[in-house]
Amino acid sequence: MKICVLVKEVPDAAVQKRIDPSTKRLDRSGENNLNPFDTHAIEAAMQLKEGGALQVDEVVAVTMGPGSAARALQKAVALGADRSVHLTDDALAGSDVAATGLALAKVLESESPDLVLLGQQSDDGECYTIGAVVAEHLKMPSLTQVVKMDVDGGRIRCERQAEYGYDTVALSLPAVISVGDAINEPRYPSLKAIMGAKKKPLDTKSAGDVGIDAGQVGEPGSKTAVLALNPPPQKEAGEIIEDEDTAETVEKIVAWLEERKLI
Amino acid sequence: MAGILVYALHDDEGNFNKNSLGALSEAAKLAGELGTEAAAVVVGDVADDKVAALGNYGVAKAYRAKGVPEGLAQPIVDVMAKVMGDNGFSYALFGGGLLGFEIGAGLAARLGGGVTMEVTNVKVDGGKLVSERPILQDSEIADVAFVSEPGIIIGRLNAFDVKESGGSAAIEDVEVELSEWSTKAELVTRGEQRGADVDIEAADVLIGGGRGLGEAEGFKACEELADAFENGAVAATRAVVDAGWYPYAAQIGQTGKTVAPKLYLAVGVSGAIQHKVGMQNSENIVAINKDANAPIFEFSDLGIVGDLNKIMPKLTEALKARG
Repeated sequence: MKICVLVKEVPDAAVQKRIDPSTKRLDRSGENNLNPFDTHAIEAAMQLKEGGALQVDEVVAVTMGPGSAARALQKAVALGADRSVHLTDDALAGSDVAATGLALAKVLESESPDLVLLGQQSDDGECYTIGAVVAEHLKMPSLTQVVKMDVDGGRIRCERQAEYGYDTVALSLPAVISVGDAINEPRYPSLKAIMGAKKKPLDTKSAGDVGIDAGQVGEPGSKTAVLALNPPPQKEAGEIIEDEDTAETVEKIVAWLEERKLI
Repeated sequence: MAGILVYALHDDEGNFNKNSLGALSEAAKLAGELGTEAAAVVVGDVADDKVAALGNYGVAKAYRAKGVPEGLAQPIVDVMAKVMGDNGFSYALFGGGLLGFEIGAGLAARLGGGVTMEVTNVKVDGGKLVSERPILQDSEIADVAFVSEPGIIIGRLNAFDVKESGGSAAIEDVEVELSEWSTKAELVTRGEQRGADVDIEAADVLIGGGRGLGEAEGFKACEELADAFENGAVAATRAVVDAGWYPYAAQIGQTGKTVAPKLYLAVGVSGAIQHKVGMQNSENIVAINKDANAPIFEFSDLGIVGDLNKIMPKLTEALKARG
């Protein structure tokens, strides 16, 4: 069977994120990191492959994004994916969640995966929702925020926290599963894997290659429009203590609590 | 009509979720401004009196799909898509929570509509709904409009206040044929509680522990610190509960509890949005974290940048010494 892992390039956590005021889109220059949540999805795929309860022939990393997004694929391959697919097209720029989900579903269709894995959210857009959109277009069962996966016969038995406690859900394949960051501890790529990553196959596809009509994606295909960006209501900044002398720090905390009659 | 349909989530006893009731109240208010109506959708065999009581939150009507199970998103997408199509609803609104995200996103894909998520406020502009959504760690608020209908709005946890208006909802039972792929997931068990049953909602002081504690043992120091206060208890982030460091009953945030104690003292908590929504209404927030850039410092009243392993035991000692 084949597992496709959806990955995304996001701004480095250390880089200050900003919105381009003219386009009202996230300024994606200076992006160079694989979304940390996606590394858990790759690790989950590798554990299924190595676990042996399923015959996994291939793990394929799939992304959509500008040319630079190939770097995220390279990192995904260094973490164990066998090859990668990069959907890139000017027509895709400015896609909202609905349009992005449709485009990803189309590129996945061209791979006919038995299982699609993704991280529960991206480090930039905090969307949570892309898995459910992709699953609907692929007509597959899906579940998000999964923290444990086991192979149970031909099904994947998943656990997650929902509103009333832990739920256990068994999904028939093919399926789309988004995983939480508690599911595993991603491995570090070996130097050999990093060096070898560039040699593994990378397919670059345009929107037309996977049957995406340009009118369905990008700005024309998006169903939402950002009208304005406003600053949030200002909260008064709190007091900050740098702990240099702990005894002194503790005295300050106690005094602060006393002042507010909290002790 | 061009109304607003709201998903009302309930537990296995048919008790509705507070965030769903908030979404109903909000939808009723917005529908009033739009000159239309809000309605609820309920799945499962919930008793007539409980469904009718949703009218107390301002909806005139509730659609009930008795044969469809509660707890998984895709069958509910089938129900809402049918109800919206048959009755011409223009919008769907969801309170915060994981199922709302899944159903809302699936519904948008099914109906070819737009979707906004993590919405903290909805307003009416030119006869249409506009969502306010905080982005980039809440540093900006985006006003997002729908280009076409239907529009799907998924709220952030606790974004919509519950308002009781009195009244009773008329019930319309609907028959829905499930999509083939909606039957491929089976809910084996629902709402399982794990770990000890601790009560964090009644505490005046909460010590909130996060991944920065380093290991499960770190919670011992939290418990000792909580004991040094008069009515203190220990709470936890989702990450450490999922890691098995502390019981689920103590979890705060998006999928856990919402608290507002007199003092919330966060140790090793980064302050991710999912956690923030569950504790931001605490009267006083104090945070200890070694990372000066942790988001929690942006909404703390007192922030201490330092090693919690050094500070916590000394703080406990100092508080106990006061007697």
